[in-house]
Amino acid sequence: MGRKITIEPVTRVEGHGKVTIQLDDSNNVTQSRLHVVEFRGFEKFCQGRPYWEVPVLVQRLCGICPVSHHLAAAKALDVIVGAGTGEGLTPVGEKMRRLMHHGQMFQSHALHFFHLASPDLLFGADGDPAIRNVIGVALEHKDLAVQGVMMRKYGQEIIAATAGKKVHGTGAIPGGINKNLSIAERDTFLKGADPLNIDKMIAWAQGALDFFKGYYAKNKDFIDNFAVFPSSHLSLVRKDGAMDLYHGVIRAVDADGKRIVNDVDCQDYSKIIAEEVRNWSYMKFPYLRALGTEKGWYTVGPLARLNVCEFIPTPLAQKEFEIYKALTNGKPNHMSMHMHYARLIELLHSAEVIKDLLNDPDLQKDNLVTKGTKGKEGVGIIEAPRGTLFHHYRINDNDQIEMANLIVSTTNNNEPMNRAVNYVAKSAFNGKKEVTEGMMNRVEMAIRAYDPCLSCATHALGQMPLEVTLVDSEGTILDQKRK
Amino acid sequence: MKDNKVYIYGFGNPGRQDDGLGPAIIDKLESENIPGIITDSNYQLNIEDAHNISQADAVIFVDASLEADEPFSFNRIEPSAEITFTTHTMSPESVLALCKELYDKDMEAYVLAVKGYEWEFAEGLSDQAVYNFKEAYLFLVTKIEEMLHPSRPVAAENMI
Repeated sequence: MGRKITIEPVTRVEGHGKVTIQLDDSNNVTQSRLHVVEFRGFEKFCQGRPYWEVPVLVQRLCGICPVSHHLAAAKALDVIVGAGTGEGLTPVGEKMRRLMHHGQMFQSHALHFFHLASPDLLFGADGDPAIRNVIGVALEHKDLAVQGVMMRKYGQEIIAATAGKKVHGTGAIPGGINKNLSIAERDTFLKGADPLNIDKMIAWAQGALDFFKGYYAKNKDFIDNFAVFPSSHLSLVRKDGAMDLYHGVIRAVDADGKRIVNDVDCQDYSKIIAEEVRNWSYMKFPYLRALGTEKGWYTVGPLARLNVCEFIPTPLAQKEFEIYKALTNGKPNHMSMHMHYARLIELLHSAEVIKDLLNDPDLQKDNLVTKGTKGKEGVGIIEAPRGTLFHHYRINDNDQIEMANLIVSTTNNNEPMNRAVNYVAKSAFNGKKEVTEGMMNRVEMAIRAYDPCLSCATHALGQMPLEVTLVDSEGTILDQKRK
Repeated sequence: MKDNKVYIYGFGNPGRQDDGLGPAIIDKLESENIPGIITDSNYQLNIEDAHNISQADAVIFVDASLEADEPFSFNRIEPSAEITFTTHTMSPESVLALCKELYDKDMEAYVLAVKGYEWEFAEGLSDQAVYNFKEAYLFLVTKIEEMLHPSRPVAAENMI
């Protein structure tokens, strides 16, 4: 009789996912699936709304990465208002948005490493669950925990200064921005009291990388062999092949590094990408049209970005990029735990970009908005912390949204997350009759490497814990674990 | 309370109907310029809030809740290291625990949990949540007064 293990993290209202692991009669894993509830209905919700509301409206999607949705929507609407396709904004308009975006990247990557990844690294998958969290890090590695808190705070304050406020920011508007950065704000971020200044943030980002590399040197076998599987990779890159997290062309490489999407304009994304619906998940499965549903899936996010770009246009991150690429002799990296490594290189890159932007006098200029001839349709794509984020809108003659299509980063990573879970499940669950804390955490670690946004939009009291249920093929519960 | 500083922190997403109860209460408080308090709001609690609240002597977290009594519940909380799988957010108790460990601040802390009912992609509170908001706000103002001035009698009309 087959058995099924279900891991079900349930949040209050939506955004929950669960892992189902199917066992055969010998207790060997035959199939694993990650089911994630996404933002069903949001695209329909946008219909009929005035287009200029959208950059604020889309922040309802997610309390974790509202800035990414805000900017992707604004970029799409830039096209509709005739302000160009990512390169038509005024210097202050584009650079303020880049500053906002890198503030978001910096705080998000810092949060992920210090809050989510470092407990796994410091205490291990089999560590005491009571301390395998950021509080445990605070107890035993106070310096790391303080750095995580203050790096996140620094990024959040960049967001507040550029978006106007922390909740439902309004900084990006169709065609530009609604404020520049004052000299006082600039100086606070450049030369603020220790530790909230950019030089300290860069130093701490380097320290986080050194910490990871030190851990990697001692745990190479684990880091190199946890959830490894070949994948294609997709991201935006600048036209010269440089990493560019705010704007670029769409490029993808296959598992061997061969280019399979060759610098496609963002406005043409729907010519190369389609989405498949499967009956066991609310989340769609995007794929490259040219390769079909079986072979066309791809990975996005830090690992993909470092596999796709040719170089990083800031010196400290570029130096780390060269060390990182040498690990795979320049070939694509398919090791899931290297996602953390890649994320930390991006953390350093974002800190460097923030410093460069703060020193740029364009941020104090007053020509905030570009105007042009209005069109009907626009696409905005951005490299969000978790990966490539697509926003696509069409308006009617009354300036109302007629069509909206969003492909969020976590959706792009649907297939690779499923493969990572399946890989780990086979090694952790084969031959087991019950679910242990360590087994559960290995599945979590595989998912966590992708930093998926499972708890979007709402959060309030009453969250339920992670639940693992082992049932047979007839639905009888054989084992159940919750934490 | 030596510095008379009470941190009032509302969290939730105003774009998800009643989930915006916490930020709505903060907006109302800020419009009345009550001295001696620090107000803040965000979508969710997170690690940097351990540093933010460390500047105060007491904290009241204000949040929407599915499970609270009507119109609201008010409970003292203690630090707790429990972290859920939902990963990108922290509970008030875990923020307190982080604050205690990193900043050696063991503060008086409460959660004002206001009952909510509707959570769709829309702005504005449901009618029932508006009623709960008013009740919770009156209570909160009274509680703040008590915390800032423990020896001062509270006006009868502010008592629930």
